[in-house]
Amino acid sequence: MMRFLLLFSRQGRLRLQKWFTPMMDREKKKIIRDMTTMVLSRQPRTCNFMQWKDLKIIYKRYASLYFCLAIESQENELLALEVIHRYVELLDKYFGNVCELDIIFNFEKAYFILDEFLMGGEIQETSKQIVNRSIDASDMLQETLEEYMSKPAF
Amino acid sequence: MPAVSKGDGMRGLAVFISDIRNCKSKEAEIKRINKELANIRSKFKGDKALDGYSKKKYVCKLLFIFLLGHDIDFGHMEAVNLLSSNKYTEKQIGYLFISVLVNSNSELIRLINNAIKNDLSSRNPTFMCLALHCIANVGSREMAEAFASEIPRILVAGDTMDSVKQSAALCLLRLYKTSPDLVLMGEWTSRVVHLLNDQHMGVVTAAISLITCLSQKNPDEFKTCVSLAVSRLSRIVSSASTDLQDYTYYFVPAPWLSCKLLRLLQCYPPPEDGAVKGRLVECLETILNKAQEPPKSKKVQHSNAKNAILFEAISLIIHYDSEPNLLVRACNQLGQFLQHRETNLRYLALESMCTLASSEFSHEAVKTHIETVINALKTERDVSVRQRAADLLYAMCDRSNAKQIVAEMLSYLETADYSIREEMVLKVAILAEKYAVDYSWYVDTILNLIRIAGDYVSEEVWYRVIQIVINRDDVQGYAAKTVFEALQAPACHENMVKVGGYILGEFGNLIAGDPRSSPLVQFNLLHSKFHLCSVPTRALLLSAYIKFINLFPETKTTIQEVLRCDSQIRNSDVELQQRAVEYLKLSSIASTDVLATVLEEMPPFPERESSILAKLKKKKGPGAVSVTELEDNKREGGELNGGADRGPDSASTPSPSGDLLGIRAAAPIGAAPASAGSLLVDVFSEAGIAVSSAAVNDEGFLSSAPPSEDPAPPLSVADDLLNKFVCKNNGVLFENQLLQIGIKSEYRQNLGRMYLFYGNKTSVQFASFTTTVSCPGELVYSIMFLKFLNCCVQLNVQTKPVEPLVEGGAQIQQVLNIECLTDFIDAPLLNIKFRYGGGLQNLTLKLPVTINKFFQPTEMASQDFFQRWKQLSQPQQEAQKIFKANHSMDTEVLKAKVRLPSPICKPRHILHSPCIPVGCIVCVCVCPQMYRLTLRCSKDLVSQRLCDLLAEQF
Repeated sequence: MMRFLLLFSRQGRLRLQKWFTPMMDREKKKIIRDMTTMVLSRQPRTCNFMQWKDLKIIYKRYASLYFCLAIESQENELLALEVIHRYVELLDKYFGNVCELDIIFNFEKAYFILDEFLMGGEIQETSKQIVNRSIDASDMLQETLEEYMSKPAF
Repeated sequence: MPAVSKGDGMRGLAVFISDIRNCKSKEAEIKRINKELANIRSKFKGDKALDGYSKKKYVCKLLFIFLLGHDIDFGHMEAVNLLSSNKYTEKQIGYLFISVLVNSNSELIRLINNAIKNDLSSRNPTFMCLALHCIANVGSREMAEAFASEIPRILVAGDTMDSVKQSAALCLLRLYKTSPDLVLMGEWTSRVVHLLNDQHMGVVTAAISLITCLSQKNPDEFKTCVSLAVSRLSRIVSSASTDLQDYTYYFVPAPWLSCKLLRLLQCYPPPEDGAVKGRLVECLETILNKAQEPPKSKKVQHSNAKNAILFEAISLIIHYDSEPNLLVRACNQLGQFLQHRETNLRYLALESMCTLASSEFSHEAVKTHIETVINALKTERDVSVRQRAADLLYAMCDRSNAKQIVAEMLSYLETADYSIREEMVLKVAILAEKYAVDYSWYVDTILNLIRIAGDYVSEEVWYRVIQIVINRDDVQGYAAKTVFEALQAPACHENMVKVGGYILGEFGNLIAGDPRSSPLVQFNLLHSKFHLCSVPTRALLLSAYIKFINLFPETKTTIQEVLRCDSQIRNSDVELQQRAVEYLKLSSIASTDVLATVLEEMPPFPERESSILAKLKKKKGPGAVSVTELEDNKREGGELNGGADRGPDSASTPSPSGDLLGIRAAAPIGAAPASAGSLLVDVFSEAGIAVSSAAVNDEGFLSSAPPSEDPAPPLSVADDLLNKFVCKNNGVLFENQLLQIGIKSEYRQNLGRMYLFYGNKTSVQFASFTTTVSCPGELVYSIMFLKFLNCCVQLNVQTKPVEPLVEGGAQIQQVLNIECLTDFIDAPLLNIKFRYGGGLQNLTLKLPVTINKFFQPTEMASQDFFQRWKQLSQPQQEAQKIFKANHSMDTEVLKAKVRLPSPICKPRHILHSPCIPVGCIVCVCVCPQMYRLTLRCSKDLVSQRLCDLLAEQF
């Protein structure tokens, strides 16, 4: 199974964290620190995999954002890379040419999309169409733009 | 601020995020956040009831602040309120907040569970999915207790929507992983297996993760999944790239599902059914063939997905380890990848080959790639790839190529990255020892190791070289000569001084004939390093000096002078001063005979597992070194130790692996260094430290309050466990994702000793690890208090507290001394508590201490037998069971199991217990496939209990 997924910028600012097993806050902070320093210090054109304790760390950079996924040792590294890619595709489809800012301002959406795709550290649905359809469907349940504009801005 | 593209956004939230982003400094950001927190707090506390939208917005802001890395200590109640909103977005945000912020032991769980219960029964698929996600995200025990029986029902119900099925499968998997005892197998299990045939690929993908996990734990119950998985796999593998529509990923049909299927098959041995096996081999061949076809797309996603399946197929081939043809093909395929331009593939090929190297069919094929791998070690730009190359060299090493590989690894060490040096050193040391044909090579290698990477040579490594030199007299002269030469270097590593001091102290006489290395030259050489060394090394050198006085009486005056000088005899370090004083005295008053006895050459070390190997295992975590490797090492170790006698106890006592010299436990604290032939005094002093720190720990224990949480009820599987151990003394008592408990026990008459091994299977430390042994129905005694425990006055269980911290991958041991005072029925309970991640883990097991352990068999003549049998003729004294055989009716096996000395069909057997004033007579009758077990015993409870216990064993 997957243990956690972290998204952080080239400056090491965390943009999204998803933990698939319960963990203490202190431990999380330590892992985040370790991961950002480890991944950011990697040279260009090195491989996308690293060993960290008994976990495999798979990371990939998309524009200014690093995606860093930890999987258990018996899992498949290449497929984990494609898990990251599929998530990027899903974000891209939803936001339309996704960029870091989309994820900052709509972090809750990024979480919802991830939840449609993965659950409990395993793949729930790999079909892009089905995931998109269910995200669109939940958006339909939400308010219209007029309603949005009439909301107070504080 | 970007426009919100779709759906609902929260303007207030967007404004707040913009504000944060516009902050020029960290201080400004914190100020803005504090302002916001105050605002939210006042809103939540205000008299005016907030509408759903505002609540959602504020909860979302809190979430954002938390994700920035700030602590949030309020708002949980508002989030829980959102769960019961009937607006989807509000509910969704509520669940998100809880998933991210609520840890498993929150007091809110009951309220959350209520909301989840409502959503699960709402029949609204989106609500149900939200609730299932929340269970999977929090995954606490309370949630498992509340929903573990409900979710299987949702999963297999005919009218459940596909998306809900997917969520239910993965949610159940999560609960099974956290609380396997609560997820009970049942009627649903067989229906779950058939989800492999489901029309909807998404359902299969989700369900297979669950099935794989269940199969690993209950292989027999899920056996049918093998043929289903093979046929599903074969359909995918043979499908065209467009057949599976959206489940085709960059022209590769269903890569995730294919890999999961291949992974599931790795839980089982090769299929026995010829047709199924043929079909599977065909699939594997197709996958290997496809790897040779030209790619359908230039995109890296295409090749990744395709190769992911290929690597998984190779793992399965390696797992089966029975198809030489496929193994060699796999090896060739990986050989191609070794030179691929993609770094990722090179990395994975090296990793995969490591496992191939251990198969007898492919070991030779792997070895043909040695040059490529050595080249990778030298030229790869990426340290993780070089690391893999080093691992592979280690794995492919055998007698034929050991010299080459060790030489390459040594030369790589000179430039190796700091992060992997220590591991490399250990590996070189192990290989050099394992494949040493002539020991001069071994000594050279280790000394080179110290020269090249002295800082990374751990104690275990130099201890080991000394052990081996002492145990093998054919290498002692060479070792003394080489170490003498190595010490000539103007700057040599302190570890070299240690080895040099020790070896010259023992065997300096072997090279003293050469005037270039006369005793005085040797001494001066050693002493020239003295002032540059740390205290432990100096202590060791002082011991070497006193050994010199014995070996070479002509050096006596020189050495006495050195010992007498102020810097020694008045040294501020107590240890050094004591040694100097005592050695000086010893050398001046003891006769030559006494000196010769006291300072005699060290006796050979008893054979034990190489502590270097233990260290490597510890570094890499359990499972890193294969069992065969260990056994190998044992064998070779025996050879190395020059056939030293194996002590009778060495087999039964668990070897204290960290303790190389095997004297730490027995060492008197701060013993006078001159006691025995003690050149190893530095080890003694360490023992002092170890013992005193243990004492400190004890005190910590005593002062800490006992944990307030009640022990968990015993696992429902506990009785099965108990039955497993009725006739077995060793084995794995318990295992889950976190913890493995191994057990080793021995019984003699009314006494028993039980070793419990607690292994931490995770990478994370367990904190506040405590164990308590108690008896059901009695007060819980804490074994933290080092006192005799009186279990129902029937059993005495005595033990010591365990270390409160168990590092990731580490194992700790606990010894229980058990005394049986009278007959008993209930097994003692072992309660284990520790903190892992956020949550307190609480676990209660029955210890497999059963009354039959305290019985011993006696054989008697048939008249005696019948006489006794008749004496015990009251109906309550007899217990009888008639039952079908569970196992094959092999009398030999049975004899061993029930410890019956005579053939079973002859109904005469007496078990006799020296401590319990009861005899018990067993009579077993065998008819085809049936047994009749009759026990008669002067105590009715005993006969009943024994009958129950033994009946399970047939």
